Amino acid sequence: MTLIENNDHKAKSILNTLYPRTGNAWRIGITGPPGAGKSTLVEKLAMECVKHNLSVGIVCIDPTSPFSGGAILGDRVRMSSLFLDPKVFIRSMATRGSLGGIAKATKQMCDLLDAFKKDIIIIETIGVGQVELDVAGIAFTTIVVLVPEAGDSIQTMKAGLMEIADIFVVNKSDRDGADKMVMEIQSILEMKDFDRIPVVLKTIGTEGKGVTDLYKSILEHKDYLKVTNKIKQRMQSTIQTEITEIVQEHIDKQVWRNPKIKLALNRFIDNIINGRQTPYHAADKIYAIWKKLGRKI
Amino acid sequence: MDKKLRILVAKPGLDGHDRGAKVVARALRDAGFEVIYTGLHQTPDMIVATAIQEDVNAVGLSILSGAHMTIFPNVMKLLKKKKAVDILLFGGGIIPDEDKKALYKLGVGKLFGPGTDTAEIVAYLKKYFKL
Repeated sequence: MTLIENNDHKAKSILNTLYPRTGNAWRIGITGPPGAGKSTLVEKLAMECVKHNLSVGIVCIDPTSPFSGGAILGDRVRMSSLFLDPKVFIRSMATRGSLGGIAKATKQMCDLLDAFKKDIIIIETIGVGQVELDVAGIAFTTIVVLVPEAGDSIQTMKAGLMEIADIFVVNKSDRDGADKMVMEIQSILEMKDFDRIPVVLKTIGTEGKGVTDLYKSILEHKDYLKVTNKIKQRMQSTIQTEITEIVQEHIDKQVWRNPKIKLALNRFIDNIINGRQTPYHAADKIYAIWKKLGRKI
Repeated sequence: MDKKLRILVAKPGLDGHDRGAKVVARALRDAGFEVIYTGLHQTPDMIVATAIQEDVNAVGLSILSGAHMTIFPNVMKLLKKKKAVDILLFGGGIIPDEDKKALYKLGVGKLFGPGTDTAEIVAYLKKYFKL
């Protein structure tokens, strides 16, 4: 896992070997703002899965500092009851510069856990705002966790986070305003045509209340995706994104590590500063140089 | 390769004084390390299971309860049992010099006392891992 996370030169061959063994695990994404109770819910949800004799892999992500490159990975603090469970494996990841709420290698970590025969994989994102939505691209069931104080109907109408949920959870629902929050979310969902209206649930993570319902809703969503064959669409788009990213990475490497292009780039930058060229001319020329080189490769 | 040093900072035993562990965790973060922080009341089994799942380079234990002569050897023994001796075990707390000597003999890494500058801990780890 470390080799994959570090993008080691052995990573590709490991993934190529293990990829054929994947495809059995159900991948659940849990996202929401910081402090909403995601980690606590993950712990309780994992316990519920274990109760049903399912093995669980957890990938939990916390942010990397843009200043030092370091990170505090603290999701385990809320999961200590799982540490010695042989059916549970937890791996913490830092975002390492990715801005979509998960790390670049999170999908690959899930593939590994899948290949290691975990039945359920739970991906816990960093605490997100409104647009860090990448988890929805790699999970089959996406759960958005909110708290009673998360806002009025205008907040729930906004684009982004509120659009990716297959299941909404209003956590800490022993607090004032939980029922109102549930209604706000439901009233927004009614405004749009869905094939399947996302479920809105109330939980109290610390007490485990509502977690059995959450588990059932996940199974219902899984059945729905399978019966309607929508799971195929999700997989297609996940795989497409993954291939696009890998190709993009190849191209980036080829372009920016090429000495001719490096030289040209530096020259163009000077030209632009001195007002002799625009960034658009420079980009066109770099593309032209690369295309010419490409024929020889 | 984008390698990062991963350090587990754990607080074993029954004492609840986690200020020191948090200060160290924060300092290691600012030094560019990835710090896995697990919170209070960790048993040796929990610490070693976490260290292996997270594939950390080092485990730092903070012990202020006087239980260091039990906990450090137990963690060391479990790391050996799980064939994870490549993981550096170091720590801090109120540990008398003669106990320190005994623990160093067991192969425990550096033990830092009260008042240590966090820069010293960072420098120790950087030197150990040749960064």
